[in-house]
Amino acid sequence: MINSITPITASISNFFWFNMPEGSEVAGLLSTTIWMVFGIAIIFIIYMIFSAASWVIHKFFIDSRNKAKGYTSLKTVTFGDESAVVANRFASVASVVAIFFFWGLATGSSLLGPIQLPAPFLGKTSFEYTAEDSYGKRDKGTVNLLVHTFNDKPKLEKADNSMSGFAKNSAIKVRERRTALLSAKKIGAKETEGFNIIEINGQPISRNEKINFGNGEVLLTSKGSMQIRPYAGMTMEALYLPAPEDVWKSFLKLNKEGYTNVGLWENVFWSLIRVILGFSLGCLFGIPLGFAMGLSNWFRGWFDPIVEFMRPVPPLALIPLIIIWFGIGEQGKISLLFLAALWIMTIAARAGVSGVNISKVHAAYSLGATKKQLLLKVILPNSLPEIFTGARVAMGVCWGTVVAAELVAAEKGAGKMIIAASKFQLTDIVIIGIIIIGIIGFAIEVLMRKAESRLIPWKGRG
Amino acid sequence: MSGLNINDVSMTFELPNGGSVEALKNINLNIQKGELVSVLGPSGCGKTTLLNILAGFLAPTDGIINLNGEVVKKPSSERGMVFQQGALFEWMNVSKNIGFGPKMKGTPQSEIDEKVTELLDIVGLQDFADKMIYEMSGGMQQRVALARCLANDPDVILMDEPLGALDALTREKMQSLVLDIWKKTGKTIILITHSVEEALLLGERLIVMAPRPGRIHKEYNLPFAELGVGADLREIKRHKKFGPTRDEILNMIWNMEEEIMGRAES
Repeated sequence: MINSITPITASISNFFWFNMPEGSEVAGLLSTTIWMVFGIAIIFIIYMIFSAASWVIHKFFIDSRNKAKGYTSLKTVTFGDESAVVANRFASVASVVAIFFFWGLATGSSLLGPIQLPAPFLGKTSFEYTAEDSYGKRDKGTVNLLVHTFNDKPKLEKADNSMSGFAKNSAIKVRERRTALLSAKKIGAKETEGFNIIEINGQPISRNEKINFGNGEVLLTSKGSMQIRPYAGMTMEALYLPAPEDVWKSFLKLNKEGYTNVGLWENVFWSLIRVILGFSLGCLFGIPLGFAMGLSNWFRGWFDPIVEFMRPVPPLALIPLIIIWFGIGEQGKISLLFLAALWIMTIAARAGVSGVNISKVHAAYSLGATKKQLLLKVILPNSLPEIFTGARVAMGVCWGTVVAAELVAAEKGAGKMIIAASKFQLTDIVIIGIIIIGIIGFAIEVLMRKAESRLIPWKGRG
Repeated sequence: MSGLNINDVSMTFELPNGGSVEALKNINLNIQKGELVSVLGPSGCGKTTLLNILAGFLAPTDGIINLNGEVVKKPSSERGMVFQQGALFEWMNVSKNIGFGPKMKGTPQSEIDEKVTELLDIVGLQDFADKMIYEMSGGMQQRVALARCLANDPDVILMDEPLGALDALTREKMQSLVLDIWKKTGKTIILITHSVEEALLLGERLIVMAPRPGRIHKEYNLPFAELGVGADLREIKRHKKFGPTRDEILNMIWNMEEEIMGRAES
């Protein structure tokens, strides 16, 4: 703890209660960040190696069919000319395939056939230990290990101790990727004074040391018990990441049966309907508000503080207050989405008004337009491009906000589904939820862009 | 009193730093109905300010403007305006742009359609009625702007460098068009330009303005506009008086620019 050194820092720290972070905290923060840099770099490098390999395949086997066409093919300067850069479809497909490949590889997916990372050990194995008593007498015992999967509940055969000395045989079952503790008391420490394990499979071991017994490791704890860890393999456990085919199976099941008595699409429908209602309310009030701010000194002054203050407040920060005020019902969520959309739409409409070329306004007045006609026939259509841009942003923000709000409190909805599933460690449902949320967010953006080019073809060409 | 009377108009802009700029000082000008007046001057001589005052977008700090005996206070459809560019409504097609003025006044649609067809014919855009503005070239857009202004049948047409952004060839065609329209409709036209040749061609009366304070420096009465109606404008430019007048005015403006530069540097 760095204490206040000067009177100034003392008075500051009296006013703001702020404990200076301790050296170890700072070090922890820094080392975490540095390790993350390495981790992220490694992931990127592996992914880029795949990208390079795909590029080679593309270059030498498929390139001739995928040349630039038309005018762009005649350009000699393409590096630096952004308009000459188009997404290579092969690269896009290959990158998605690569992600699924890594997913399959990491989870030991059967889709990949023979390409597999080492799987965790499953089945029966055993090792021998040697124990010593206080007189220096040695005896050997056998530990039979049964490694089973998460869903399996196998029966364990008891160890036969009819022939053994003071070091007893033992049988123990353990779930794959987990460790089991075999207490020294169970294998003779209770009966034998000075019972001490000294060898595993003939290799000497002392406390806090590990020995590999072929299908796993044994760690001799500081109290002399054995912590047995069967070989965990290099794949991930389904609890953390299920294989793609399992996720697909869960998707089909979820599609048919739903989760906690709510259908998958019912959840999605509820999220979407909230977004649409909240967004519409935001437009209904935000656009006139923005116009008022763009057209009148008084309204600009009146609403400026509120808008400028609320604009940088992330809608997610409002969730607790909204829950306190409105509870967890629909009103709270729609109010939240309304607030998320309102300021964006207000600012978009205001920008739309201020973006009107003054000669258009002058022209309209010179042509005899009244104020009302100017507003409806000139300012409104002229600000549509800005309003549409705002609407696209607002829809994106609303979609993100609704999922977050549902994570906190909801009865139905995509966010509710994944948070409920996560509490029961149903990672497959969580992943399905995330994928669907992503696809819908993307679809909203695409639809808005389509609508934009249809409804306001003059955008950017004025 | 008919025509446009500019009486002792002055315009002083207050600057944020406490100073002020005399954009116009004691402008007096009488323009008869049907006159074609071009206004020329170096940048900063207040010609656009004058036009904005005539249109009613700005109120002069001093003086008064009368149009046919009525005081000009705000924009009105009696005084049509053609802007340099970007004043067309790109969410409407050509016909709707041209019909905008009559529509605002509640003219029946059949009358508007008739008027639009007539004007499309005058500006030579018969085949472009349904085109969107952004599908047209700069020259065609200015034709639409001209037609839109004419649709209201204004008493005065104010043009703020309407051909300034066009290429030389298109510009020449548009100059002929402006002369044609002037002759056909008999409208009073006041045109601001940067180009001395354009001012000579499109001005029965040419007014040269000088800067700091913005004022009328010299006035010419010229025959070229009358001669140019329906004629080859390149022919007019070979007229024996055209070259010398152009050079005289060019020198005049050159000297004004020099003077401004000198004052700015000292």
